[in-house]
Amino acid sequence: MDMELKTKIKEGTIAALPVVLGYLPVAIAFGLLSKNSGISLGDTGMFSMFVYAGASQFMALDLINAGVSAGSIILATFLLNLRHMMMTASLSIKLKDVKKPLLPTIAYGVTDETFSVLSFNKEKLTVPFVLSVNILSNLSWVAGTFIGYLMGEIIPSSLQSSLSIGLYAMFAALLFPQFKTEKSTLYLSILTAIVYILIYSTNLFTSGWDIIIGIIISSALGVIIFNRNEEVKEN
Amino acid sequence: MKSYLPLIIGMGLVTYIPRLAPLLFLTNKELNPKLKQFLQFIPYTSLSILIVRGVLTSTSDMLLPTFVGIALAGIVAYFKSNLVLSVLVAIAASFVVINI
Repeated sequence: MDMELKTKIKEGTIAALPVVLGYLPVAIAFGLLSKNSGISLGDTGMFSMFVYAGASQFMALDLINAGVSAGSIILATFLLNLRHMMMTASLSIKLKDVKKPLLPTIAYGVTDETFSVLSFNKEKLTVPFVLSVNILSNLSWVAGTFIGYLMGEIIPSSLQSSLSIGLYAMFAALLFPQFKTEKSTLYLSILTAIVYILIYSTNLFTSGWDIIIGIIISSALGVIIFNRNEEVKEN
Repeated sequence: MKSYLPLIIGMGLVTYIPRLAPLLFLTNKELNPKLKQFLQFIPYTSLSILIVRGVLTSTSDMLLPTFVGIALAGIVAYFKSNLVLSVLVAIAASFVVINI
């Protein structure tokens, strides 16, 4: 293996660490809850492998237990995960020069968490880096699911809860240092928080739509407000 | 035991296709500068929303630990720029808050 490839994989592994750390407890909780809902080990594992979207998997368990039809659960999943479309659209600018046949593999691994790590990566995104982040994150999600199904009871729930906060902590830890280098990103984040709180408090939108509409409105406002005196930076 | 395979496949497809489509259609395209700027703002706006949403939707017993964890992670990251350290400090602090 050449040195540069090795370095990229090593960097990707380090970048994936917080995601892995955050995914394990959440996936363990999913495995445990799925078992308690009477779902087989095989199906539980396939949820994490084929769907690979935390919030929708938990939502699906709730809806299954409430007796909601598969069609309605699929529709709800679509709405909840449509935000990833905004994220991969955003990533597409950073994935120039990536060979087309690799894009379906990269797309599979894009979640809120891997997207955050990838989009705030300082250097240009390379395929080995992206795949290291995506594969390790995915493995921890799937492994955590099985661990939770098979031995979830022995992990105290207060530890599971505090570990799962790690994911939100990671979002903050990625976002806050950006404010140092560019003041306008701080204003954009404050603006976004206000926009989202307003949207959330109207209760007009179901979970999923509120996120998508929030992203669209605040990013558009950002373009209108901050685009006037700033050049578009090249990545 | 009931098989959930059709549900799993359906959920998988509606999750995967929106993740894939923009990559296939937008990568290597010349974009309008305004659209490009819009897409470049998405990491900031989506993360801000996910953070705020995490606080707004947390259950009453998790509200304080979540808030403390997020705030500490942000502060540590701002000064130290170490992602893993920030996350660990946040987890430890939330664990303490949950157990008080």
